[in-house]
Amino acid sequence: MQSTRRDFLTTAATAAGAAAAGELTASAQDHEHERGHSHQVVPSDMALRVKSLESLLVEKGLVDRAALDALVDTYENKVGPRNGAQVVARAWADPAYKQRLLADADKAIGELGFGGQQGEHMVVVENTPRVHNMVVCTLCSCYPWPVLGLPPVWYKSAPYRSRSVIDPRGVLREFGLELPDDVEVRVWDSTAELRYLVLPERPVGAEGLSETELAALVTRDSLIGVTKLRPQREEGQA
Amino acid sequence: MNGVHDMGGMQDMGPVREEKNEPVFHHQWEGRVFAMYIATGAWRKWNIDAARYMRELIPPAEYLRMSYYEKWYAGLVKLLEGRGLVAHGEIESGKPASESSKATPPLTAEQVPTARHRGASTSRDVPVAAHFKAGQPVRARVINPTGHTRLPRYARGKLGAIHLDHGVFVFPDTNALFQGEKPQHVYSVRFAARELWGDAAKPQDAVYIDLWEEYLEPA
Repeated sequence: MQSTRRDFLTTAATAAGAAAAGELTASAQDHEHERGHSHQVVPSDMALRVKSLESLLVEKGLVDRAALDALVDTYENKVGPRNGAQVVARAWADPAYKQRLLADADKAIGELGFGGQQGEHMVVVENTPRVHNMVVCTLCSCYPWPVLGLPPVWYKSAPYRSRSVIDPRGVLREFGLELPDDVEVRVWDSTAELRYLVLPERPVGAEGLSETELAALVTRDSLIGVTKLRPQREEGQA
Repeated sequence: MNGVHDMGGMQDMGPVREEKNEPVFHHQWEGRVFAMYIATGAWRKWNIDAARYMRELIPPAEYLRMSYYEKWYAGLVKLLEGRGLVAHGEIESGKPASESSKATPPLTAEQVPTARHRGASTSRDVPVAAHFKAGQPVRARVINPTGHTRLPRYARGKLGAIHLDHGVFVFPDTNALFQGEKPQHVYSVRFAARELWGDAAKPQDAVYIDLWEEYLEPA
């Protein structure tokens, strides 16, 4: 397929025009959800353009509307960072599992029933008091879907993609993490089809907790490597 | 292509802003774009590299302005048209062309869990020689392809060392253009932060990049 910038512009412009000229209702329901997207402006006709495309694809028999519903439901409700948290909790609770996880992540993650699309080839990197790992995709938005779900906006944003490789310590500081000068920072740029999961350090004070309790301590951001987990020093202190 | 998507090492993009309790999709249409991209992928008319390349072809100013799923929408329209699933006029009118026959969707709701769990690995079980081994010093080649590549600009010409060999994978540069899979080894390569960014970086810090055999030369 030969795609030039010029024909790209033409397509985008005509598609927008066509959709805007079409039905002009139905976008109101979307407005209540409008938030985020900090500095980016989303044209109000996106809802119409997308609706028009979906009707076309359904009418042509190219997609099944129920399959679209199932896909949205999967990533909104079924697949997310709680999966990754379970993997980490198991690794903390079971040293043999941790060894398997670090040696063959696909197999070990598969033991818990997770795997598949955008997590076909997993690598787990372990944080220690000496080494801090963080994950980025500078070229697009690669992220381990089966264990973390779909990435948050900040992970896909220009600031994170541009700066994590050149100024990882500055980026971590914005997440509230100040690393000592002598810690080694390893940034993993997901440029190929390997997907990375950080194994955070078990928080101080979490000894003796059950696997379920441990999993509840694990945050998404700690699995990307932009935060550490807070100490659990006293009973009842979250 | 030395496009704006290749962002590693750029400065002045502003702070990283985290949204508390962020929803998976901010608008209903975002979820529909995501789902349409996955569902139409089941026609196997394109591959992940071609899909990425379509988004990279969004003109730079637009790329920076657009939200994530706007880029996905734009890329999806290009894939549908470019690979002949949908005609340009159909996108314009929102209606199937009168002569078009109705197809049967390759992905049903019942198949979604299995398809997701199966995934779409780009690793290939073919005998291809590995020219590098763990520990070996390598240099990322200085190349400036005008098509798709996964060798980020910030690594080109830089000295690193093979951390490990991930095995054989499809080569994005040719695959994105439907010019063949050209399977070859992918290596995790460790680059010292100082090699990439100079003395302001901490001496022990490093960036690990997954790079295809063809992106590397012995050093």
